Amino acid sequence: MIWNETIECMDRDEMRKLQGIRLKRVVERVYHNTPFYRRKMQEMGVTPDDIVTIDDIVKLPFTVKQDLRDNYPFDLMATPMSEIVRLHASSGTTGKPIVVGYTRKDLSIWSEVVARCLTAVGVTKQDMVQVAYGYGLFTGGLGLHGGVENIGGTVIPMSSGNTQKQIQLMHDFGSKALACTPSYALFLGETIKDSGIPREDFKLKIGVFGAEPWTENMRKEIEESLGIKAYDIYGLTEIIGPGVGGECECQNGTHLWEDHFFPEIVDPVTLQPVEPGQQGELVFTTITKEGMPMIRYRTRDLTSLNYEKCACGRTSVRMSRILGRSDDMLIIRGVNVFPSQVESVILELPEFEPHYLILVDRVNNTDTLQIQVEVRAEFYSDEMTKMINLKKKITSRMQSVIGLQPDVKLVEPRSIERSMGKAKRVIDNRKLV
Amino acid sequence: MLIKQLSVFLENKRGRFTEVAKILGQADINLTAFTVAENSDFGILRLIVSDVDKAIEILKEERYAVSVTDVVCLRCPNVPGSLAKVMEIITASEIFVEYMYAFSQGEDANIIIRPDNLERCVEVLKANKLVLLASNDLYKL
Repeated sequence: MIWNETIECMDRDEMRKLQGIRLKRVVERVYHNTPFYRRKMQEMGVTPDDIVTIDDIVKLPFTVKQDLRDNYPFDLMATPMSEIVRLHASSGTTGKPIVVGYTRKDLSIWSEVVARCLTAVGVTKQDMVQVAYGYGLFTGGLGLHGGVENIGGTVIPMSSGNTQKQIQLMHDFGSKALACTPSYALFLGETIKDSGIPREDFKLKIGVFGAEPWTENMRKEIEESLGIKAYDIYGLTEIIGPGVGGECECQNGTHLWEDHFFPEIVDPVTLQPVEPGQQGELVFTTITKEGMPMIRYRTRDLTSLNYEKCACGRTSVRMSRILGRSDDMLIIRGVNVFPSQVESVILELPEFEPHYLILVDRVNNTDTLQIQVEVRAEFYSDEMTKMINLKKKITSRMQSVIGLQPDVKLVEPRSIERSMGKAKRVIDNRKLV
Repeated sequence: MLIKQLSVFLENKRGRFTEVAKILGQADINLTAFTVAENSDFGILRLIVSDVDKAIEILKEERYAVSVTDVVCLRCPNVPGSLAKVMEIITASEIFVEYMYAFSQGEDANIIIRPDNLERCVEVLKANKLVLLASNDLYKL
């Protein structure tokens, strides 16, 4: 099913024309309404007149997360505050949060793109959708909520947490789809298993998961544990929230809704566009947003783009799985380590639970990497040799994938904290020094 | 002639064994024998208890990783040289011992053995007229 066939299946040349027209408009708006962008464009000697087609986007300056912090809270708005009907903010683990504002039209664009994501994975107006993303300043809950209402489905606005209640209502109401973070989906699966309620008693068929990077192995894990099809929904607060893109039923790349969010891939060091299909940092320009447009916003997400037509019939560009966020990258003893690599190893070994904690520290001026994992119940042994062999197996696999030898620690069942929202999987104690 | 032994995976953290002992005590389960195998991260606590099924149930409820293994328990006189005799028999029969532990009680010594080949071990010990304890004998101790 396709929500907006005209756009989602548009001829690529037509799309580029549309993007060019929209880019020109947004650049004019920010140049005249947002001093920050005008100043940056003036520094580069660019005016709105230099923007004619979408190819001219490379003339524009980049925007980074720090710019949002520097302009906290409202200096990047491109409309008077009286036009802003909603604010959201990122959790902001360090320093000031990032604040974004939406006009009425921005909210309708948001519910349009989320509707496309939901329709692409088979959610219809007949369906009950359990939204277990956090509601509030976080964009997850309300973002999905608006999309479900737009397609006419029934929203169960659960928000995150309260796991027993989630399962009870999922069972009693007959939720067809679940929207939450992939780590919470795993936890729900585990809790359902513990509850003893047979899986056949649930109507759950579809999962829409996002807000943290996840791997193909984690998808398999979730699909098996919940007996559903699991799909990626991609987004970030700075651009609009969840719904910047989403997978279709082919599960072969995340379709980006590029009539609203124009994507580019650049080399994170030189900032030059990469060859088509090459990997690099994903950059977005919001070409229709009114409240707080972003010009060439560097997401820090590392991925590549595929412009081929998808088997589902959509022509919209597809993003491959996110390798990691360059922000998430750990440099340990000079080696670049992505938590997603650690996760992929744990998930490919059947002996371990899909929950882990990465602890980085510095002892005697040397970085240490500890990975805590839980062994699955059926693989515990009374023999020390077998337990030590398990540890050796995962250690050597880790070493071959991440390029350095971690200290793997086998921990007791359920001793790794299960997350309700974005999982906290890395603790880097080096920062405290 | 086989005895059920519980094995509990414990992280090397202060108070973990205390916790297990307390849980079993509160459930009125007695420990007949135990041993701990450990390395720097974790330990495997092996227990012979008075009520195996109940112990498994409550330990699982408390989210411990518990497994059950069959072991043999043989009794020999608590005098110098009697363990050597037993071990010679086992070695001569080419039975490999994964682990073993023992406790003595007055004139008797009880040895719990986890061999690689359980059936053969029982056969050999019986053929050599050694006394094997059944679970009931052991739990009564």
